[in-house]
Amino acid sequence: MESDLRKAKAQPAFHPLKCGRGIFRTLAGESFSCLSFFFAGITAGCRMFMDKDLTNDELKAQITKNKMVSVDAAALNAAASAPQTITMTDGPLIPKKGEKHVLSSWRITFIGAIILLAGLIIFKPDPYRQIFIVCIQGAPVTFQVTVCAIIGAVIIGTFTGLGSVSSHRWINMISGIYVELIRGIPLLVQLIFIYYALGRFLHLEGMVAAIIALSICFGAYMGEIVRAGIQAIPKGQTEAATALGMSKTQTFIYVILPQTVKVVLPAIGNEFISMLKDSSLVSQLALADILRKGREYISRTFLSLETMLIVALIYLILTLVLSRLVGLLEERLHKK
Amino acid sequence: MAKIEIKDLCKDFSVEGIKTVHAVRHASLTVNDGEVVVIIGPSGSGKSTLLRSVNKLEEPTSGSIFIDDVEVTSPSADLRKIREEVGMVFQSFNLFPHLSVLDNITLAPRKVLKMDKKEADELGMQLLKRVGLEEKAKNKPGQLSGGQQQRVAIARALAMKPKAMLFDEPTSALDPEMIKEVLDVMMDLAKEGMTMLLVTHEMGFARAAADKIVFMDSGEIIETGTPEKIFTSPESERTKSFLNHIL
Repeated sequence: MESDLRKAKAQPAFHPLKCGRGIFRTLAGESFSCLSFFFAGITAGCRMFMDKDLTNDELKAQITKNKMVSVDAAALNAAASAPQTITMTDGPLIPKKGEKHVLSSWRITFIGAIILLAGLIIFKPDPYRQIFIVCIQGAPVTFQVTVCAIIGAVIIGTFTGLGSVSSHRWINMISGIYVELIRGIPLLVQLIFIYYALGRFLHLEGMVAAIIALSICFGAYMGEIVRAGIQAIPKGQTEAATALGMSKTQTFIYVILPQTVKVVLPAIGNEFISMLKDSSLVSQLALADILRKGREYISRTFLSLETMLIVALIYLILTLVLSRLVGLLEERLHKK
Repeated sequence: MAKIEIKDLCKDFSVEGIKTVHAVRHASLTVNDGEVVVIIGPSGSGKSTLLRSVNKLEEPTSGSIFIDDVEVTSPSADLRKIREEVGMVFQSFNLFPHLSVLDNITLAPRKVLKMDKKEADELGMQLLKRVGLEEKAKNKPGQLSGGQQQRVAIARALAMKPKAMLFDEPTSALDPEMIKEVLDVMMDLAKEGMTMLLVTHEMGFARAAADKIVFMDSGEIIETGTPEKIFTSPESERTKSFLNHIL
């Protein structure tokens, strides 16, 4: 929740003026604005629906409490009531089988997005076909950044999570400070700062620097997930392993870690979806991702709203597909 | 086999940093080689804390513990070595849910004793046979009943070839019809001459298997004696009233 707010604040920062101009232009000349506003309405409606379901079904316990419950507290609450999952309130909703309502809202959004995108490309090839072709060229960069950064974030997060459950005071302190630092600075600011810092001191190439920067930013949140995951494993497991003569490291590797992985996987999947969306921030760092391609196209053609509509649709379809995949993964884990 | 000596052991817990609870007060106890000693007493009397101090799952506040004349409580003690040699069975089984029954048993021998997989599997199957669960080797602990899980937990502890075994209320989390199968396994162990220190509420087992019974109340050892003496002519009034309540 907290990070959503943070991202919501950070994202509009880079196209307010151009967008404004685009709106007037389109309103004056083209009929498509109606369609896009209509679609925006549907999307917003669906999202609201989903949010409502989330609060009703999954966060019953938290409704009565403060709504701004932090990530870790939410995770621990969930862990207490249903030991094998951590429910994250961050990122899009992962639909589950049996929750018909949520599933249908996912379907409406997904089918709506596909139909709109296909319709625009087929029936209005000028300019949408061209826009789509240009923007989708950014998809490999978006994927590359997302996948590499999520791996980086999991590695950093594992160490941070371990650090924050460590009994060693200084290690504990260091990971605590790291988490506080990252949580307190807007993602976009961190990203640009780390990017320039890496460039100046280590002379790293753009893509690598961006991946490292995103990994560091997301590592803190991942650390919180890992910490909650480790703490969700009953103390008896450690005791049993200790009583068998296993060292702390052995206990962690063979007993705690495999169980933690299962508990945190859905949450990591959710983080992955968030990462895909936030990877659009690297367009600020001159990386040719989907958003960057779109903005370059705008600067050539001044078709702001049309381009952003396609960019938004591409991101939406990607996140919806991913959220379904994460949902399936979670289901399989529960079955086992 | 081994001899366990507990000398003048104290354990204080501090509750929220204000109140101090004396869980164990000046307890002294000896378990001789091959002996079965049962600790009984009302809940909250420090039985489990005393037991868990033996392999240092609890850090005693003061006092000392010796296993075969090796001081467990000394700061330089090799705790891993001591824990290898002292098996422990918990009230809540604490099997590893992500591993199969066989892997639960072989994990520690493979990783701690560096046994190779084949040898460890053979040992595991042998132990499963002993507790009557060979056919469950490939199952996950979650698919077993409580009694079966506890038998696996005993097999897991035995896989380290311990010199002594600690049982922390091994039957308290079980449904009544499953208690017997676990007690039978424990009885066999006792007959084989395993040194055992256990906390239990099963008075029938205590009477039949114990060489010595220790009665604890509010952290203190009130009375120690043979089952015969404790159950028929206890010295202390507190022992008498406890036994009257439960028998």
